[in-house]
Amino acid sequence: MATNSYTPQELMVAVASREIKDGDLVFVGMRLPILAYAVARNGHAPTARGLFEVGLMRDQPAEAFLGTMGDPPNVAGALWATRMSNVMALMAQGRVDLGFIGGAEVDRFGNLNTSYVGPPERPKVKLPGSGGGADIAILSRRWVTLMSHERRRLVEKVSFITSPGYGDGTPSWRKRNGLLGGGPAAIITTLCVLRFPEDGGEAYLSSVHPGHTVEEVRAETGWDLKVTARLQDTAPPTESELSAIRRFDPEGFWTRSA
Amino acid sequence: MSMADAIARFVPDGSTVAMGTSLEPLIPFAAGHEMIRQERRDLELVGPISDALFDQLIGAGCVRRVTAAWVGNVSEGLGHCYRRACEEKVPRALEVHDHSNFSISLALWAAAWNVPSLPTRTLLGSDILHNNPGLVAAEGLVQVKAVRPDVAIVHVQRADEMGRAHAWGPLGVMEEAGLAADRVIVTCEELVDAKVTLSDPNRILVPETKVVAVVHEPGGAHPSPVQGFFKRDHEFYRDYAEQSRSVDGYQTWLKRWVLEVPDRATYLSLIDVDSLRISRHRLSEPVDYGDE
Repeated sequence: MATNSYTPQELMVAVASREIKDGDLVFVGMRLPILAYAVARNGHAPTARGLFEVGLMRDQPAEAFLGTMGDPPNVAGALWATRMSNVMALMAQGRVDLGFIGGAEVDRFGNLNTSYVGPPERPKVKLPGSGGGADIAILSRRWVTLMSHERRRLVEKVSFITSPGYGDGTPSWRKRNGLLGGGPAAIITTLCVLRFPEDGGEAYLSSVHPGHTVEEVRAETGWDLKVTARLQDTAPPTESELSAIRRFDPEGFWTRSA
Repeated sequence: MSMADAIARFVPDGSTVAMGTSLEPLIPFAAGHEMIRQERRDLELVGPISDALFDQLIGAGCVRRVTAAWVGNVSEGLGHCYRRACEEKVPRALEVHDHSNFSISLALWAAAWNVPSLPTRTLLGSDILHNNPGLVAAEGLVQVKAVRPDVAIVHVQRADEMGRAHAWGPLGVMEEAGLAADRVIVTCEELVDAKVTLSDPNRILVPETKVVAVVHEPGGAHPSPVQGFFKRDHEFYRDYAEQSRSVDGYQTWLKRWVLEVPDRATYLSLIDVDSLRISRHRLSEPVDYGDE
């Protein structure tokens, strides 16, 4: 593949990597976020560290392909191999700067559902559940989610809040309910980036990926999406971002399949 | 002790069983498969995430309740048997007590420390609170009620006959599960002399006084990875995900890999074990327990 072309997933990874600041302690997760961490660590954030809920801390991401965070290459060369509650302790103290969470459904206030589509007592779809998602959403200082932009995924209101964003969207909802961390910073999709006001609340369209339009984004979003007055085009992946992505995902397992 | 004896003696019908406590690695699949062969019923399964094993037991009709943070197939996504049980009550209705990874750890620590509950700030604002009677929000905190397994089953790299188990790599919730449980079954890659385990007592996972059975079961965690021994068999997980999409496909899978397989040695003869064996070893430096 030529470096001047890229897949939607590669763009998402590059955008996600820019959310990581140098020196951040990042709750990494799997799939695209692990690549985002690899890109940041080998670019603008050389002193970031990654945490994995299985019970690991790393500096450099593993070079070998990972199917899960518990695969042997992710353990070899770790900075710390420990029990899960020790990793959670750091997050409970507010020492995790950024977390990544996967979601099946997200709503206009950034709440994620990975539990039940339909009523829990008789669900239409039983999704796998929280894993560490709820913990990251509540305790990390800020978090980001990545998902495919489809109307059935970006919904007006999730039927079940697994991992809370800004709740019902009323001012200071998180603070009033005792949630420690600051909440979602961005929703990175296959079409665009949604962000939130400083003090939380409702998601707005912040930038549109090259080749896509505001109309397309709004048509694929399940609520009347607000658009910032300072709307931008999402900056495409740089050559160095792309080369890092392809170094850590050489077969394109995570970034070149649908 | 053989796996068949360990399961027959220590995991009766209706037991609460903690498994998969180190998340993706060291999953005691061989023990789970033996429970299926012995037609265990009405089990409550406890764990943080379950990479395919809980799905298999649910599909086989062994399970009454799941108390866990996540049930599915980590590299492939949804657990199809779990879905069928929750959505269609197939093969039977399943009760789910939802947790997050942090809260299931706390529930096990509460049981380990013999207190009714432990407080935390996690799960505030999550609907999980409304879907599990073991989680109660009050005064800005969540009280996580103790979850006390009857038995925790752990797979480790090596153990001796007295139940001193050495596990390394990330430990997930193995320690609190072992401390919380009434009894522990250890399954291991290598059965070693006590002088090996006692040469490094810091590495012993759970108190030997809790261990009721040690089963020497090489490959007992396949397809999950075992640091220093086996890579994860990603394709095996993919095949399981594909085949378990339908009840018939699941039943065919079950027959081939569990029901018509008398024991783990036979199971291993059906896979290319050598392609999964780790060959690039990375030994740690020995530590000095010198005393005078």
